[in-house]
Amino acid sequence: MIKKIFLIGNPNVGKSVVFSRLTGVRVISSNYAGTTVEIMRGTLKLGEQEIEVVDLPGTYSLEPASKSEEVAVSLLYEYPKDEIAVINIVDSTNLERNLYLTLQLLEAGLPVIVSLNMCDEAKHHGVSLDADKLEKIIGVPVISTCAITGSGIKLLLERIHEAKPVLRDKFSHRQRWQDIGAIIEQVQQLTHRHHTLREILEDASVRPFSGALIAMGVLFVSFQVVRFIGENLISRIADPIFFNLYQPLLARLSSLLGEESFIHHLLIGDLINGRIDFKQSLGLLTTAPYIEFAMVLPYIISFYFVLGLLEDIGFLPRLAMLMDNLLHHLGLHGFAIIPVLLGFGCNVPGILATRNLESRRERFIAATLISIGVPCVALQAMIFGLLGRFSGFYVSGVYLVLLVVWLVLGIILNHTAKGYSPEFLVEIPPYRIPSPATLWHKLFLRIKGFLIEAAPLVLLGVLLVNVLLYFKLFDFFTGIFAPVVKGLFGLPKEAIVSLVMGLFRKDVAVGMLLPLALTVKQLFITAVLLSISFPCVATFIVFFKELGLKDLIKATLIMLIVGLVTGSLLNLAIR
Amino acid sequence: MKKISLRQMKEKQKGIICDISAGQALHNKFMSMGIYHGREITKISSIGLKGPVAIKVGRSVLVLGHGVANKVTVEVE
Repeated sequence: MIKKIFLIGNPNVGKSVVFSRLTGVRVISSNYAGTTVEIMRGTLKLGEQEIEVVDLPGTYSLEPASKSEEVAVSLLYEYPKDEIAVINIVDSTNLERNLYLTLQLLEAGLPVIVSLNMCDEAKHHGVSLDADKLEKIIGVPVISTCAITGSGIKLLLERIHEAKPVLRDKFSHRQRWQDIGAIIEQVQQLTHRHHTLREILEDASVRPFSGALIAMGVLFVSFQVVRFIGENLISRIADPIFFNLYQPLLARLSSLLGEESFIHHLLIGDLINGRIDFKQSLGLLTTAPYIEFAMVLPYIISFYFVLGLLEDIGFLPRLAMLMDNLLHHLGLHGFAIIPVLLGFGCNVPGILATRNLESRRERFIAATLISIGVPCVALQAMIFGLLGRFSGFYVSGVYLVLLVVWLVLGIILNHTAKGYSPEFLVEIPPYRIPSPATLWHKLFLRIKGFLIEAAPLVLLGVLLVNVLLYFKLFDFFTGIFAPVVKGLFGLPKEAIVSLVMGLFRKDVAVGMLLPLALTVKQLFITAVLLSISFPCVATFIVFFKELGLKDLIKATLIMLIVGLVTGSLLNLAIR
Repeated sequence: MKKISLRQMKEKQKGIICDISAGQALHNKFMSMGIYHGREITKISSIGLKGPVAIKVGRSVLVLGHGVANKVTVEVE
């Protein structure tokens, strides 16, 4: 009786897509190795029976090479073999390499059923596979599937009960590859084709000169598109809703409550020049939703849309190769660029994605660099909000300072952090045309994730600030930090409130800065300091969960030092 | 026939892997990705003097960091 179904396969063969098909649970899938770093669970109804489906992170063999692979492999042995079925998902376009894991699964005596996935793409590449013949040779069911369209999935489920252990000798590595060679001869036929445009592009993007040109072009266009979509969502949708529909309602509520009452302070906040100011009023119904939905959410949508495209096309691993040289100086290898890019959306998934890096040292360096030097979307929206009305020089200035901080800190960490940084050995996927459905699901999941994670914090943050302001509790606090803030950074002492609040949630901090009437220089320094400090309380939590208390304390100290040094230097350097 | 490292190969040059000097863990990883003694590979490119190397093994494109690439010796015409 099958109680559990495991999905296992090489990285980037579409396990997550099969998982979504089987369970209806939507998960994020992309076109590069290592999208899934966590074990995903869902359930499936087979006849009358509810079965748990477990999607394991991709692995090339049963001899694990990274932490996520180790977890995947150990789970397989936890249950009695007659209570599980293992669906081995195989990339049809690359059967040869995938069969290595398949043979290991069979040798381990696991009840296996093989899903030859991406069969439509294989056809496209001129690869034709004989599933029946393969089934006869290896002795377990083999089914052609195409998870993106859903074809073959029904058949896969119908035959799942046929997954049984087969007798197979344990082979040496070499014998296994010989065996695979013989199998491939019998089941695979290749039609020779001329080089396609796609292949020419694939090659060009991993060559030094053409690769750098392509990468710069792609990143530049991506940045422009993110801005374009974000700005338009704000000016055409979010702002009109807030100003034309929502504000009149609030104005009525405001006069109903009376400006002096505590509840008015709580819900609406302070009136600025007799009117509600969404950015400065700091009420639960004014600033909190405005920050969340009109300032940050539009950029979250545009950022994740563009990132999703880059992921599904398969551009990121190529970027990783090009960045390898540079990242080596920071104690990382090229693949660390993926967590960093994710961090530009939100640091939390960025830090989670460092699980793909093999050594603890690399994970510490990457997570620290992300939380200190990589501004998340919310923070970037704030930088634009603070400095956007001055010349673009200031906005780019913040990014430039962050880049320098990032590089210098990385080099220092590389020379001081203990442990080793392993090298890069990774597979580059073919370029693929993204499936709109996958893109849409992914965007939806990420937006939902953002809202669930950020919305309560923003609300809580605004509430906290609001109450503290009402009872004038900040004065005590500002007194203590006045020497640092005034002396070193050249900021008014009240700015500390916003800086500290920034640790809780960056977007809340900005509303507190606007009433201070800072000069451009002061705004610039504050923006840099806000960027350097951890973006939000959730980042602290995930850092702690992933790397432990000791590393979190280390990273926090590093953050404080970097902030002090950078803030003071900027204060001295700028006139 | 001469023996050279992956780095020294030219773009589009083919070669047969004749030596891998790696510890057990890396050896296993190489093995599972299809890099093993006697396997034919084609070099695609390398980045800079101390950068990674891209090769084609069967139908997959693999990228090896500089240090890893130096551990693999190939025999070329």
